[in-house]
This record gives sequence, C-alpha cells and structure tokens, in this order.
Amino acid sequence: MFAQSSLNVRNKRVENLFRTLFLLMTILLIIPVVIILGTLVAKGGSSISIDFLFTDPTNGMTAGGIFPALLGTILIVAVALIASVPLGVAAAIYLNEYAGDNWFTRIIQLAIINLAGVPSIVHALFGVGAFVLFFGFGTSILAASLTLAIMTLPVVIVSTRESLRSVPQAFREACWNMGATRWQTIRRVVLPNAVSGILTGIILEVSRTAGETAPIMFTGAAFFLPFLPQSVFDQTMALSLHLFVVSTQVPGVPEGLPYGVALVLIGLVLLMNSISIAFRMYLRGKKKW
Amino acid sequence: MSSGKSIESMAAEFDRRNFDWYVDKFVQIIVFAAGISAIIFIIGIFVFITAEGLGFVLDDFSFKEFFLSPFWEPSDEDAPEYGILALIAGTASVTGLAMVVAIPFSLGAAVFIGEFASGKTRETLKILVELLAAIPSVVWGFIGLSIMNPLIIELFDVPVGLNVLNAGIILGLMAAPIMTSIAEDALKAVPDRYREAAEALGATRWQVIFKTVLPAAKNGLLGAVLLGVGRGFGETMAVLMATGHAVNIPHSLFDPVRALTATIAAELGETAVGSQHYQALFTIGIFLFLITFVINLTADLIVRGIRKG
Repeated sequence: MFAQSSLNVRNKRVENLFRTLFLLMTILLIIPVVIILGTLVAKGGSSISIDFLFTDPTNGMTAGGIFPALLGTILIVAVALIASVPLGVAAAIYLNEYAGDNWFTRIIQLAIINLAGVPSIVHALFGVGAFVLFFGFGTSILAASLTLAIMTLPVVIVSTRESLRSVPQAFREACWNMGATRWQTIRRVVLPNAVSGILTGIILEVSRTAGETAPIMFTGAAFFLPFLPQSVFDQTMALSLHLFVVSTQVPGVPEGLPYGVALVLIGLVLLMNSISIAFRMYLRGKKKW
Repeated sequence: MSSGKSIESMAAEFDRRNFDWYVDKFVQIIVFAAGISAIIFIIGIFVFITAEGLGFVLDDFSFKEFFLSPFWEPSDEDAPEYGILALIAGTASVTGLAMVVAIPFSLGAAVFIGEFASGKTRETLKILVELLAAIPSVVWGFIGLSIMNPLIIELFDVPVGLNVLNAGIILGLMAAPIMTSIAEDALKAVPDRYREAAEALGATRWQVIFKTVLPAAKNGLLGAVLLGVGRGFGETMAVLMATGHAVNIPHSLFDPVRALTATIAAELGETAVGSQHYQALFTIGIFLFLITFVINLTADLIVRGIRKG
C-alpha cells in the first residue's frame, strides 16, 4: 500500500538533482574566494612581521612598513565612530521607540536605504563639496571621517534598531506602569537590554569604515606623507588607499609588498566581522526571553 | 467639597510637568532630529553635488552630446570633449557580466541555504556568506589586478587581462554574497504555512520550493537582483583597478573599458576646483546619484509591495 510509485521515485530524483545543483552553486560561490584568500596568505604572509606593521615606508614606498597607513586608518575610523555612533543610535531610538507606522517613517526608511545605496564615489563628491570646501575643513581626517560617518550611518541605524526591537514590549509596558517617562524607560530598561546588540553593530561598522577607499581619496587620505598627523585637520595615509597606491601608482614595488598590505587590510576587516559574529552568537545563546 | 479652589489650581495639582517631564521632551526632540538626519543627508548629498556640478549643466550643455558622444577627452586643451556614452557602456557591460555571474549563483545559494540546508550547515554557510560580503572593494580590485589578470592572459592567450571579463567576474563575486543574503531574507519572508500546506498535499521539498516558495518570494528576489545591480553600478575601486581604464565601447569580453565611477575616482584629484572638467565629473556624480536612487526606490517598492499584499 505504501510502496513508492514510479511518480514518487521520479519526484525524489528531481529533488535530489536540484538539491545537488544548488549545493554545487553555493560551493562554487565560496571556492574562488577561498582560493583567493589562500593566494593572498601564500604570497603576502612572508612580508608580514612586527617590523612591517610598525615601521615607516621607505625608498618611495617600495620597502619598509605600513605604520603611518595603519595609524591613519585607526584615526579615521575612530573619528568616524565618534560622529556616527551617537547619531545612528539616536536615530534608531527614534525609529523604534517613537515613530509610528506612517508615511513619514516610510520616507526616513527610504532615505536610510538610499544612503546605503548611493555609490561610494558619490559620497566622496559630497565630502569634497560639503566638508572640504563648504565647511572649510580642507582635505583632513575630519572631512574624511565625516564623509565615512554619513556613508556608514545606515549600518549603525539598522543594527541598533534590530537590537532595540528584540527587547520585549512587556519590559517597556512594565516600566511605564511604574510611572516612568519614555526616556527613563529607554535609558534604564531598553538600552541596557540592547547594548550588546548595539555593540555588535558598531564592530561591524568599524570593519566597513576601515575598508572604504573611494570616499577618503579626495577628502583626507594622502598617497604618501613623510610625517604623522598632528590633529584632525591634518591629512593622513590610510591602509586601503595605501593598497591602491602601492599596487597601481608606484613603479618597482616588490611583489610581496602589496600582498602584505592586502593581507593586513583583509585580516583587520575579517577579524572585526568574526568578532561581531561570535559576539552575536554568544548573545543569542544567553538570551532568556 | 471643592468650594474654595479654582479650576486652574485644580489643574495645577494634576500637572505632572516636573524635571523628568522636560528631560523626556528634550530627548524626544533630540532623537527626532537624529531620526530625520538620514533625510537631511540624502537631500544634502544631492544639493552639494548639484551645486558643484551645476555650472557645467547650465553653461552651454547639450544633453545629446553628454549622453551620446563616445568621446571623453577632458584634457584636450583646444576642444575638450565630455561625452559619457563610452563610460556608460563600460559600466553597463561590466555590471551586466557581473549579474550573469552573480544572479544564478546567489539565487541558487540562497535557495540552498534557506530551504535545503538546516542546523549547523546553514549557520556555517550564512557566516561564510557574511564574511565574503565584508571583503573591501580595494582588495577585490587588487585581486583583479594581481591574480585574475595573469590568469586571464594565460587562459585566453590575450595580451592584457584587465578587461570586461576580469572586472565582470570580480564584481560578480563581490555582489553575490550581498544578493545571497537579501534573497535568503526574501525566502524567509514566505510564511511557513505555505510550505506546510504544500507538504500536506504530498509535495516533495523541491516541489514546495519551485511551485510555492519561489512564486511567493518572486518580488523579494527581484528586489535582491535590483540591489545587486545598484551595487555593481556604483562600485568604484574594484572597477577602477580591474577594467583596464580605457575609454572604449567594448566589442568583446577582452576589451578594456572604463566605468563612470572609476572616471571620477581617477580624475578628480588632478582637476582644479571649479574648472569645467571638475564640474563635468560632478555632473557624472549627479547622474550616478539619480540612477542609484531610482534603482533603490524601485527595489524597495517591489519588495514592500508584496509584504503588504
């Protein structure tokens, strides 16, 4: 009675066929990247050392280390975070805790989506027009960081909103019933319960900001500087732009050097992302509601 | 009996506007300002790039020449020419090839991760896809330059490996992880009761996916593809480094091209602020902004259209 008919068998076969096909596609998507990462490690691994990370480039950037670029990237990311984290978290609080489900909220969401979708080079043009020229910051860390802050603002907003949303509504209602104001509720109940999720998003933003090149090319990152930046109004070198420069603009660079720079950059970015993912999984396991 | 009290004093007794009330209102104004900042920035971006590029559009500008002339020769001192047709062709050919590479693989991967895989396998694959999406574009450009370039020269026996093929594959690999996660979200948005109903009728897993889930997620998947197109269109560093950067309307996969974004990235540094060339680059920026705006808007409308229905 339950013997498989030929139709059953055929259906099963079709299913297995597609399952294998899609598995294959998934693997084919991942394999090239694994090969690429392997090549980067194989060719760049030997150039990386403590010296490489902490000495200046020498001989017209054909030798030496990447210290000024590494430091510059850290500075740019730090200033960008100072600008974008408070703004992004506040925006997410508005969207999740105050805004109603109406056309106005819809427009804000569209603006956020577009902010994330505008090409990075257009953000660069905006940075030049607004921060470098109009506000008179010149090509500086400040201008570059603000450009990046606006570009990566959607990352903070979306991830913060996600973690605010995961705080159960009952927590808020309990707090309101005690006579607390909206802000007291947010400050004492919602934010403490969401803070680790917000942190995860911020780590993700660090990774995004560190890797961007086009938005900082004309707003604050320099090809080469013989000195370190003294204030946020100075230019700086940056890791991402340094990779572009040593791989396209400077003749006579030994093969291992750009691979080394690429490896440091990608290592930094993937490390940040892995921390963020690990943190997220740890939190998911810990949640009791 | 409340005989001696006026209405005002009674109201004052119920007035709870203490310090905390004012703090609450103050914070509300602050977060509202932050909330609308995204709108302000989007308008700001448009206003500032338009302000810088407007001179070019107003000053003896011909739409026909700008969009239909294949000659981009801004540094010709006697008669500089600003035609972006070849640049549009460059961007379109690279993005087109990238989509040919990315669409089947990312949709296939999304179906496998979202519908076939489960438990540990699914988690691992999702994390891998997320990590792939994080690789910076300048690193992709470097990969095109140093790994793909010699590979293409060797495999196809062509003199230069920086061309449509190289940039298209690089851009496809870049866009695929992002499209995979958006497409997977679209599949996840299909309610489980659809799947259960189909399974109750005796459908196999594949029949459930093909006849029920995919049709229901159609709009979301289309949105994922559109966002992928938008990404490819706006990508800068990777196409700057991998296309060969030659102004050229491509006739084969092995022709070098130049993209709209890459042109701005390569030339903005060497132009004088306010010059015609500088303004022309900002005009390209306006064009890019408008195109991506329309793409993102359309994708959003398509995706939301189905959520409401």
